[in-house]
Amino acid sequence: MSGRRSPFLPVVLLVLVGLAAVPLVTGNPSLREELFLVFMLITLASSVNVIMGYAGYVSFGNIVFFGLGGYFSFWLMDVHGVTFLVAALLGTVPATLVALLIGIPILRLRGAYFALATIGINEAMRAFVTNFEPFGGAVGMFFSFSIYAQYGGAKSAAVLAYVVMAAVAIATVATSYAIKKSKFGLSLMAIREDQDVAQVVGIDPARAKILAYVVSAFFPALAGAAFFFKNGIIDPPSAFDLTRSIESLVMVALGGIGTVAGPVIGAGLYEWVRGFLITNPTLANIQLVLAGLLLVVVVLFAPGGLVGWALRRFPQLRGVVE
Amino acid sequence: MSLDALVPSAVDGLMLGFVYGLAAMGLTLIFGVMKVINLAHGPVIAIGMFVVLLVSQNLGLSPYVGVVIAALVGLVVGVVIYFGAVDRVIEAPEVMTLLATYGVSLIIVGSATAIFTTSPRTVDVDLGALRIGGITILGTHAVAVVISVLAAGALYLFLFRTRTGKSVRAVANDRPAAELMGIDSRRMLAISFGIGTSLAMVGGALLATMFSFTVLSGGAYETKSFVIVVLGGLGSPAGALLGGIVLGLLEGVTGVFIPVSWVPVLEYAIFVAILVIRPQGLLRSRT
Repeated sequence: MSGRRSPFLPVVLLVLVGLAAVPLVTGNPSLREELFLVFMLITLASSVNVIMGYAGYVSFGNIVFFGLGGYFSFWLMDVHGVTFLVAALLGTVPATLVALLIGIPILRLRGAYFALATIGINEAMRAFVTNFEPFGGAVGMFFSFSIYAQYGGAKSAAVLAYVVMAAVAIATVATSYAIKKSKFGLSLMAIREDQDVAQVVGIDPARAKILAYVVSAFFPALAGAAFFFKNGIIDPPSAFDLTRSIESLVMVALGGIGTVAGPVIGAGLYEWVRGFLITNPTLANIQLVLAGLLLVVVVLFAPGGLVGWALRRFPQLRGVVE
Repeated sequence: MSLDALVPSAVDGLMLGFVYGLAAMGLTLIFGVMKVINLAHGPVIAIGMFVVLLVSQNLGLSPYVGVVIAALVGLVVGVVIYFGAVDRVIEAPEVMTLLATYGVSLIIVGSATAIFTTSPRTVDVDLGALRIGGITILGTHAVAVVISVLAAGALYLFLFRTRTGKSVRAVANDRPAAELMGIDSRRMLAISFGIGTSLAMVGGALLATMFSFTVLSGGAYETKSFVIVVLGGLGSPAGALLGGIVLGLLEGVTGVFIPVSWVPVLEYAIFVAILVIRPQGLLRSRT
């Protein structure tokens, strides 16, 4: 908390906005598709970083909120003809409600128990939706093509989804920064270091943790809405994909856990490395092995991720990069 | 399905539960000793399956020789995983060990996919069947139950009757105190990881004698193991065996009354409920 205002947040936001604008200006659809995914991953990683990096609670099944937001908004658009933006906002209601109601009991659990509980919730929700006929059961739901007509066709709907996804990612990063710099963020970090001590100094751990959990549910729900709106099809395995959940933890670790920039850098880097591995014919077969090796090496030798490493290597960055 | 199906289905689930429990014991032992949730648990179960496949198809030996070999391979693989990925971060926040073991799981799944592809495999074992009344017990299932019980018994003999086992329990209870008593705690942690992995592999090996499987099959059993260890209390091997039996029975019995696709909903609902209401599990945790 240095006295002078660091230009960190404006710089990060400017870079993200600039990046988001490139495919819109050049009209390059493949770059747009790629960045769509990157912004989604930034949202997921930054969100899980709030509960995991700041508060120290590993939310393994955080993807459940992405799935819930996606499903509920998809259902509103498909069955009730609600427009995309309204549906996306309404999609956050069940997600944050579940986070609130489930968070109250499970955030009392410490450490590993909480991590396991979040996996259980994701799997329970996936199993439930698989059987839930209004949401199409195991088959899921898909748009009739005419649904995109009100947005000026499938192509401009894809652009709209992209703009929303980019905006959500930028809002997530800004929120993540605001939390870290706030008293609320400080109390989360105090809880992470020692919950009992935090309580003694007057922090209400239960309230702070639940609020953090709700924040970490809100943005993924919006990302889910945008993702499946563009996708035009949703089914339980793609909505409640535990692997994607774990991948977002990997991105956070790669970039730097508990930092604002870390999840952004981690998400971009992860996607870039994966794209490189998949398209390289000799490495495609062993891309999982390489990803695993990379992860183990980062965890063992650079536990602070890229940002942590940079801060240690270049101390003058401290107080500038968050 | 009618009520006539209830008893056979329950018996089948019960027997399967022993094998589930055995695999889960591996997970819970590792957690109990070093507070690490091993995310490579599922892939390790899958290795156990493929050991049986290789031994029976490529070496032409009995699949049950494969089960024994899987136990030994598991011990080695576990020690390697411990020193390769866990030892350095054993004192770090738990997210680090979660990520490290997840990295190991990617490495295992990636190499296994490259070698074996993801096509389904079967190991042919026919030990006949036993008919009592309306119940048919497959020989392979009966043998799997016997081996699971023997392995669980061996684990308890090891933990309570041998010097090394007692040292493992001492390290689990209080690592600094155990070190002051002259116990090499790193060695004990490595041994525990080896034994935990070995149990998981034997579980996988036994499952291979009963069902078809792929490189990715471990994942489903890994989530089952999570449910089981929570049922039994994280860190309690006896609880894991009991939890396995409960889960197997639950699958067998509820499958008769409700559509099979609803069974996992019930399973995970119970899982979360137990975590919330009784996080210490059905039995008290004791290692």
